[in-house]
Parts: sequence; C-alpha cells; structure tokens
Amino acid sequence: MLAKRIIPCLDVRDGKVVKGVNFEGIKEVGDPVECAYEYNLQGADEIVFYDITASHEGRGVMLDVVRNTAKKVFVPLTVGGGIGSVDDIRETLRAGADKVSVNSQAVKNPQLIKDGADIFGSQCICVGIDAKAIAPGKWTVYINGGRIDMGIDLIDWVKQIEQLGAGEICLNSIDTDGVRGGFDLPMLKAVVDAVSIPVIASGGAGKLGDFAEAFLKTDCSAALAASLFHFKELTVQQVKEDCRSKGINVR
Amino acid sequence: MIAIIDYGAGNIFSVKNALDYLGAECRLTSDIKELEEADKLILPGVGAFPAAMDMLKKSGLVRAIKEQAEKKPLLGICLGMQLLFEKSYEFEECEGLGLIKGYVDRIDEPGLVIPHMGWNKLVYNHDCPLFEGLEESYVYFVHSYKAFCDDKDLYAYCEYGSRVSAVVGDGKFVFGTQFHPEKSGAAGLKMLENFAKM
Repeated sequence: MLAKRIIPCLDVRDGKVVKGVNFEGIKEVGDPVECAYEYNLQGADEIVFYDITASHEGRGVMLDVVRNTAKKVFVPLTVGGGIGSVDDIRETLRAGADKVSVNSQAVKNPQLIKDGADIFGSQCICVGIDAKAIAPGKWTVYINGGRIDMGIDLIDWVKQIEQLGAGEICLNSIDTDGVRGGFDLPMLKAVVDAVSIPVIASGGAGKLGDFAEAFLKTDCSAALAASLFHFKELTVQQVKEDCRSKGINVR
Repeated sequence: MIAIIDYGAGNIFSVKNALDYLGAECRLTSDIKELEEADKLILPGVGAFPAAMDMLKKSGLVRAIKEQAEKKPLLGICLGMQLLFEKSYEFEECEGLGLIKGYVDRIDEPGLVIPHMGWNKLVYNHDCPLFEGLEESYVYFVHSYKAFCDDKDLYAYCEYGSRVSAVVGDGKFVFGTQFHPEKSGAAGLKMLENFAKM
C-alpha cells in the first residue's frame, strides 16, 4: 500500500536556511545541505527547498545547494520559488532536483505547466497554490507569497492545473499558515475531491496530531511543514510514529 | 565499469550520484563502444515511452542494448524498465526493446490517485540477486503506466489498486525496477550496490 508522505520544507535565502514570520525578522537557522541530510536521517519522504532569494546570484547559489544535497541525500528533492520558465525548470532538474514547484508564475502563465509537463514529464511538475477563503466552501488563489488576490476560484484552478498536466498539487492555506492550529481541512478536502492527482497539505501544522488528522479526515497524499521541523519542536520520526499508532500507513 | 546510458531522457545524474556515493565506477555515455566495454549497463529514463524509444533509435542504441543484454547485466529504471518490454500503449501502440515478454499500459482503476507517486512496500514474488540483504522495504515510485508480464518474470510487486510490477527480469541478465532505487533511501542504495556487485 502506498504510504502517506511527510515532507519537511526548507526556506532558503542566499544559500542559507532562514526562518521568519511574514518575511520580517528573518533569521538564518542553518546550512541547507546539512539540514536536508538531517531530515533524511529522520525518515523524510521527500525534501522541499523553497528559494526565497530574489536575485540572479542567489539562484546560482540555490542550484549549488541542490547539487550538493543530491550527492548525499537519496530521496526525492523538490525546488520551488522563482521558477518562471522552461529554462528555469531544466536548470533546476539538471542540478539534481526531481521536481519543481511552480506557483505565482503558473498563475500568470498557465502554459508553463503544460510546457513543463510535455517536455520533462508530469511527474516533475508540482503546482504550489496559496489560497484563502472568501466564503464558507469558497476560496480564491493568491500570488506573490499570498499578497495578491487573483480572484480565481480555487476549485476551477486546480481542475485547470490537472488538465494542463501537473503531476501534483501543494496546497497552502493562507488562513491557517502560521496559525499552528492544524491544516485547513475543508479546503484540503474540497481540492482532493476535485482532482485525481496527489495533493500535499501545507500550512498550519502546529502539533504532533495535526498530520494524522489531515490523513484521517481527507485523502491527501502528503503533508508538509517547515518551522515545526526547523525549530526541532518535532522530528519527522515522531510524526510518523504518531501516524502509525493511528493506523496510517507510513514508511 | 557501469555504463549509464545517456540518450537524452531523464534525470540521469541522480543515478550517477548514487553510484558515486557507493564507490561504484560508472560513466554516462551514449557511445556504443563504451557500452561494449562496460561490465554492466543501466538504462534510466523518465518521460514518455514513444519519445524515449525514438531517442534510442536515433542514437542507434536499440541494437547495441539488445546485443549487450545477452552478455552482461542490464538494469532498466522507471521508464527504462518499461522500455525493456515488447510494447507500450502510452499515447499510441509503440514497440519496445522486447527483452522481457509483456506490455505497458495505463494504470486505470476508478478512484486511484494518478500518478502512483510516493513510497510503496515491495512484496517479494521470486528470488532475485537485487534483493540480497533486504528485508521489508519501501521504495519510491512515480509513474502513470505499469507493466503486465508473466508471473515468472515478476520478481516483486506492490499493491496499488491491483498489483503493480515493481521488479522484473528475464531470468538471466535483464532486470528492471519501476521505482527509482536512486531515490529510495537505504533500500534503493542496497539494490544498486547488489547490482554493482553482480
């Protein structure tokens, strides 16, 4: 049986893992290659690097991080942030990433999903989404780190993404992100029910039981968290033990 | 030396990274002479079956791979495994390398999330030298098509809806894994190490 995946995410700026709240008071918390290696030892099923660098130089540094990680970590690696063209996708995959995560750029130019899937295969195109509720059971899609509301209906968007050939969706809820009260289950369930590609839950994990809850109450394929793992409040291993004790199949 | 066949498909660097990590001598190549000189071959690949067969044909590699597979171990990974079969129905009917009897078709069962993406548990069906030293193992899959073959050629499978062929072979030199051993943590590295030692 397919195992539910636990995915730690590392926010990287200029080659360093950083953590900050709403991009303010960002602090460096470590070397991304070492952090990825540590997560690998804890049993992470995949590792996501989210590049928050804006500059061109920073991108090159990010690719070095991927290259160095791929030499010693043998689980799938995903890179997101700032990927806006087929060339960006190619460069990132060549550095050793297995998947790229496209977000704002895909909203502005949905063709990027189709081009990426046609050339490199659906399996490496993950579409990241930031969404927020506007009414019960209704959400819209945001871009630029959750700052701009595009007024696009979330469910319409996920169906379009699937049609364009995306292999996976990473769904982040702006409403629950950073609140640490658990994943946004109504939003998650609505998206999982609307598509047949895997959906990763993101945004809101604050305690051990939140992961199992997402798996028990929705059919999401994976759950992602950043700060919870960064600050060593929980290890991937602890999360998996909790899931296992509740009858959820994990590796 | 292990030749990793470079025909323009897929993330071949991951396979090289894993073999380098294991200290196994390897080379990325599309040179037929190097395939002849190598002790073993790995056929990697992600993407679509017809496009990959097309690239193999254009590189003049089809005959070379078939010839070498009679003399030395060959490991196909993911799409590389699917290419070992007689044919595939991805987009259109397309002839494969025909090294293992069987065909490739879409995973098509109602209610299943597609692609089959993530870690799934191997169920061992027949002994295979790749399994030496392995116990219960989860390995990383990502695919939307699967191989249908004779039970004797199916060394291991996993459950996803119905059975998914996970490790296949011809009983001699040809092996294939639908999952990515180079992305399957310690279990995958062990299988690559077993292959390198063959």
